[in-house]
Amino acid sequence: MKTFKMGGVHPEENKISTNAVIEQMPLPKQVAVLMNQHLGAPATPIVAKGDKVKVGQLIAEAQAFMCANIHSPVSGTVNKIDVCKDMVGLPKTAIYIDVEGDEWMETIDRTPDIKRECTLEPKEIVAKLKEMGIVGLGGATFPAHIKYSVPEGKKAEYLIINAAECEPYLTSDHRVMMEHPEEICIGVSLLRKALGVPNAYIGIESNKPEPIRVMTEAAKKFEGIIVEPLIVKYPQGAEKQLINAITGRKVPSGKLPIDVGCVVSNIGTTFAVYEAIQKNKPLIENILTVTGKKLPSQHNYQCRIGITYNDIIKHALGSLPETTGKVISGGTMMGKAVSNLDAPTTKGASSVLVMDEEESRRRPETNCIRCGKCINACPMGLEPYLFSALVKNNRIEEAQAHNILDCIECGCCFFSCPANKPLTDEIRLGKNKVRAMMAAKK
Amino acid sequence: MNLLKISGSPHVHSDESTKKIMWLVNLALVPMLLTGIAYFGLNALLISIVSVACCCLFQWLIEKFIMKVPTTVCDGSAIVTGLLLAFNVPATAEMIWMVAIGALVAIGVGKMTFGGLGKNPFNPALVGRVFMLISFPVQMTTWPTVGKWFPMSFDTVSGATPLGLIKEGVKNGQSLSEVLAAPDMPSLCDIFLGHMGGSLGEVSAIAILIGAIYLLCRKVISWHIPVAFIGTAFIFSGILWLADPTQFIDPLTTILTGGIMLGACFMATDMVTSPMAKSGQLVFGVGCGLLTIIIRNWGAYPEGVSFAILLMNSVTPLINRWCKPTRFAC
Amino acid sequence: MILTAVLVLGAIGVIFAIVLYFVAQKFKVLEDPLIDEVAEVLPGANCGGCGKAGCRAMAEAFVKQGNMDGLKCPAGGEEVAKKVAALLGCTPEVSDPMVAVVRCNGSCANAVAKNNYDGLKDCAFANSVYAGESGCVFGCLGLGNCANACQFGALSIDPETGLPVVDEEKCTACGACVKACPRGIIELRKKGVKNRRVYVACRNKEKGAAARKACSAACIGCGKCEKTCPFGAIKVENNLAYIDFNLCRLCRKCVAECPTGAIHAVNFPPLPPKKETPAENAPAPAPAPAPTATPTPAAAPAV
Repeated sequence: MKTFKMGGVHPEENKISTNAVIEQMPLPKQVAVLMNQHLGAPATPIVAKGDKVKVGQLIAEAQAFMCANIHSPVSGTVNKIDVCKDMVGLPKTAIYIDVEGDEWMETIDRTPDIKRECTLEPKEIVAKLKEMGIVGLGGATFPAHIKYSVPEGKKAEYLIINAAECEPYLTSDHRVMMEHPEEICIGVSLLRKALGVPNAYIGIESNKPEPIRVMTEAAKKFEGIIVEPLIVKYPQGAEKQLINAITGRKVPSGKLPIDVGCVVSNIGTTFAVYEAIQKNKPLIENILTVTGKKLPSQHNYQCRIGITYNDIIKHALGSLPETTGKVISGGTMMGKAVSNLDAPTTKGASSVLVMDEEESRRRPETNCIRCGKCINACPMGLEPYLFSALVKNNRIEEAQAHNILDCIECGCCFFSCPANKPLTDEIRLGKNKVRAMMAAKK
Repeated sequence: MNLLKISGSPHVHSDESTKKIMWLVNLALVPMLLTGIAYFGLNALLISIVSVACCCLFQWLIEKFIMKVPTTVCDGSAIVTGLLLAFNVPATAEMIWMVAIGALVAIGVGKMTFGGLGKNPFNPALVGRVFMLISFPVQMTTWPTVGKWFPMSFDTVSGATPLGLIKEGVKNGQSLSEVLAAPDMPSLCDIFLGHMGGSLGEVSAIAILIGAIYLLCRKVISWHIPVAFIGTAFIFSGILWLADPTQFIDPLTTILTGGIMLGACFMATDMVTSPMAKSGQLVFGVGCGLLTIIIRNWGAYPEGVSFAILLMNSVTPLINRWCKPTRFAC
Repeated sequence: MILTAVLVLGAIGVIFAIVLYFVAQKFKVLEDPLIDEVAEVLPGANCGGCGKAGCRAMAEAFVKQGNMDGLKCPAGGEEVAKKVAALLGCTPEVSDPMVAVVRCNGSCANAVAKNNYDGLKDCAFANSVYAGESGCVFGCLGLGNCANACQFGALSIDPETGLPVVDEEKCTACGACVKACPRGIIELRKKGVKNRRVYVACRNKEKGAAARKACSAACIGCGKCEKTCPFGAIKVENNLAYIDFNLCRLCRKCVAECPTGAIHAVNFPPLPPKKETPAENAPAPAPAPAPTATPTPAAAPAV
């Protein structure tokens, strides 16, 4: 079995919601659709207060290059376009829609039949991805149409599908693979066609034997789809690490995967691609894991985008347990702590992880004992302990010289630090300072 | 309901902690303590107890009354220092009180003056040991001979370490083969088991290996420093031995006698004072090995491990600067 | 024997002395002695408030320019300016003394915590992670970057309110805290007659209801103060009032008018007791009727 070569840690897996079949989350009374759910510039609203919208109707348009279309996840009336606090409490623009019934756009194929044939040309596939507002669902929410438009002079050789799901707790990818293996394979074939690559590799960590079996079975019917079991190690799902694990290639500092002939896509995205291309369904739903060690039940839900965290918690759990310490959107290693439960979910959301008070408590920081565990854990071969000292003393230029910007913020250094130093926090602060310094120099 | 906590990711932590590391090291030191007691009896036990107690006491006093910070005695690092200091002195009755002075220097000068655990440039136990060696040269080089198992009396017959015998013999114009053939020179098997003169904890190679393998398995230390240290000492002394077997002792005796095993596995691997990157650790180990053999063969002292490690400690920041971990895709 | 040693050592000493003498001659740096004199009168704290790398660099700049136009040591104030002017032989640039003012009243009581921050104790980092414990995106995060930046020990975080407190005696208005605050809460304002100042202790640009939701002492942008001010010193922009300290005449009409107590007046004698009732029962947001007239900042919660 393969894995990446350098660093990495193995946190407790805690995949306790693997057996929870994906359920449909009921429609909320109101949704708030944020205008920047993707990496890049916010989309521009094209509806106004009082407009009637249908499910899947375009409500905000990508006008900048790095942007994605946004479609209405519900049917109803536009209540207002106003400021909305996101999950960490920062104000963003959102379209609020009052839900009335569930009327879908006529173009969307809602039958459960699997549609296998596709007559679209590669260019047309990419154009349709843009139209349907597809973004990467692995966390970075990178607009898909940009990723699949291979720039002039570069050639894609590998398509790598990230189904590592290396983050603890998360099981949405696991469930999608179990429930929609064939659709995923069609989605992968479409992406293969769009890129014109011979083979697509689906990397799945070996702690998911069932999905590996199901996907291998499904892939047999398709040409050029290879399921690649991987040794369980975090951060296997990080783009550079996954490329290294599967192809042995290394993306140099400051370069993109395409520079070494690779394109990486999340498994959730391939399902969204299938639905968008074959069923004309824009990205209006995503699959969320609702999990936590102390929760009475574990769930995987298909939710409309724009439903609030509170709505999800209310439906899944009634209310948060008394002992809740932290609610995290995403995994425990790279997810964001939610401070505002009234915030709507976005395209990139993958979980509502409820952590117990005790589990979430950070232990007090002690002196660095220079053990070097952070160096051994770092998958990028950096020196987190050094950044910590440099950032603390505001020696930003030196931090830059030691390649602080190569850090992928995977959290392995903090995870393995015996002194509990918040290394990842310090490095993030340092990166912000380096970027500010570079901007000031320009 | 509690207020929701907010922090940057990651939101989980491994069960690593300084305390855990230090207690694992303490556990790994137990075989040496046991063999020390087995060979040197009550003296060994008393020296260890006094040393550990004094290290903890001095750390507590300094933290409480001078630095005015919460005490960190429970993290176990003072106990590690205390045990290593005790293991580095001869198990004679005088050492029971002398080791208390060594503990004061080890903790007070070697560690707390720099700000406590993690800030000290030199291995505190070695600072204490070298201080004692320079202050009490006679007592620190008067070794009890190992007679029967578990000697229970405090009176000991003093003898010399194999290295001391060789150094003295060669100085007096004897040839090496004569010295090695002398009746008080232990056999290789005795040396391996530790049935010879020497410091309290350094005599038994087998006990040290048990402790070191345990630490390697628990991933507290990595193989780089011990292997580089012992390997370099072996190769370098082997070259010398091949060049002139009448002047230099064979490499196996070299690495099994004196403090090389203890130093390589427990003193040089001290996290605080050794380099962080793997390549740096190899450089550090090689440097320690070379210096040890150089001091042993051409220095005034029969043993050079402490000095070698302290000298390499002083260049650790430079090694850290030059030996960087391999960057991804570089 | 002894003689040889003395001779040899003596000869070595003489040779080195000669070498040193020539080296010193050859590599002599010609430096205006005035720089030393100017550096002597500067505060020597190297706070960076002037924008130079340190006091020495500032002294060099003074001497190079020959006058004080455009160069100002904010930490030294008028006294240092006079001394430097005397050394340079020019007239000192006279400006009003300034002081750092904390424009947030989001104390623990006013802006009740809705989350519990558990990360790196650094305002700039916390600012990049979330909105703030109370949910106010503009308010003080209370992690003390300003206090750490202050070279004069003039800033400290009050553990009771969680807000920074400026010691007016120690503050030199160097501006280091202004740069350190990621949210631009601290402003250098005119020290004012008898240290009296009136200012809006809020930076919240959200609409009134949203601002109020996060903090009971927030400026809600109602505009009452703007209408009340007889000197046109107050402007409300983006739901936030700002008092121009050059126009403000310290009449305190706005203070009485403000419905949330966001406008603070410090170091004033107590007002005649006419608007006492609404302010008295709220302990923290009662800035206007300061109970004592002492010049210490104890009277006002946020200065």
